[in-house]
Amino acid sequence: MDALVNKRIKQVLKGDQNAYADIVNLYQHKLYQICYRMLGNKQEAEDIAQEAFIRAYINLHSYDQKRKFSTWIYRIATNLCIDRIRKKKPDYYLDAEVAGTDGLDMYSQIAADEQLPEEAVEQMELQDRIQYEISRLPDKYRSVIVLKYIEELSLQEISEILDMPLGTVKTRIHRGREALRKQLNNL
Amino acid sequence: MGMCPEHYIDYMHDYLDGDITREHEQELKKHMQSCVSCQKHMHELSDTVAFVKSATHIMAPPHFEANVMGRLPKRKNVLGIQKWLRRHPIIVAAAVFFLLMGATLMASYPNDNQFSVTTQPNLVVDGQTVIVPKGEVVKGDVVVKNGNLIIEGEVDGNVTVINGSYMASTAVVSGQIEEINETFDWLWYKIKKLANDAMALFE
Repeated sequence: MDALVNKRIKQVLKGDQNAYADIVNLYQHKLYQICYRMLGNKQEAEDIAQEAFIRAYINLHSYDQKRKFSTWIYRIATNLCIDRIRKKKPDYYLDAEVAGTDGLDMYSQIAADEQLPEEAVEQMELQDRIQYEISRLPDKYRSVIVLKYIEELSLQEISEILDMPLGTVKTRIHRGREALRKQLNNL
Repeated sequence: MGMCPEHYIDYMHDYLDGDITREHEQELKKHMQSCVSCQKHMHELSDTVAFVKSATHIMAPPHFEANVMGRLPKRKNVLGIQKWLRRHPIIVAAAVFFLLMGATLMASYPNDNQFSVTTQPNLVVDGQTVIVPKGEVVKGDVVVKNGNLIIEGEVDGNVTVINGSYMASTAVVSGQIEEINETFDWLWYKIKKLANDAMALFE
């Protein structure tokens, strides 16, 4: 697969824009999944995943073909997700009324950042529950947990994607697991 | 569990990451046989991992690829030029050099139509025509601007006529004879002159 990807990248660099379609096709599901798990919202996930592919396209000349393309593009995507998560918070007041929603405030717009009442959580479908618990993790744990258990990447790859030492990745995975364990056992 | 040393928890995580040493693993197992709270902790961690791993795979929506392709920036020439410039730094440097050189030389191109000639005592000037009389030997280079030159005698040096014509039937010129009428000729002449001057410096 790497050989095919590198061939397509060379074609794109020579000016064949259509060759990029194969690259998008190969990585779209993985990238979309990372974004969805990080952001917990389909619309945002699609937005950010598209943005990641476009940034990769624009900066393709700076990609080092000796390294794994997946690592490079995952890194672009996770950085965009983390930026989005951080920007989202102070962007609006939570109890401000949303225009045109007749009394609904921002609390009702947020997928899962806020803690829900116990009964509501207990009645959730398993898949919704998983996404809800991931969304409650602080973003520095969320990214390592998603990459490790959803994308099933090695610790080494995660350390390259997030550009942090292996030891830090391990520590964050340990703390992320503990945080999740506490969330699950609080009920 | 609060009673157990912290490092057992670390061992559990190392175990889950698959990079626990054999000694640590045996130590952990031995400890867990007698410690209910550590057993419970380990179970909860394994359950947590299993819980996250049971997440279904999410697929991108069907129109995703087409949307990305539609949003790609159209290839701009500017980008191509930038890339080309980055790849050929020496050509760029040479081009910049010639551009600046050219500008300097252009500035010194005679725009005025003033007639001028080098001053040698035995040159005869008749209106816009310079004559090297028969039997005379003119020492040194002769340069005529915006005028004609007729050589009937001898010139011991180079002859250059700029924006004019040169006539010689039986002339004897020891150096080179040049007629310059076009801008590019003029540039070429200037560059050669510069080069010659530079060579002269080293000699």
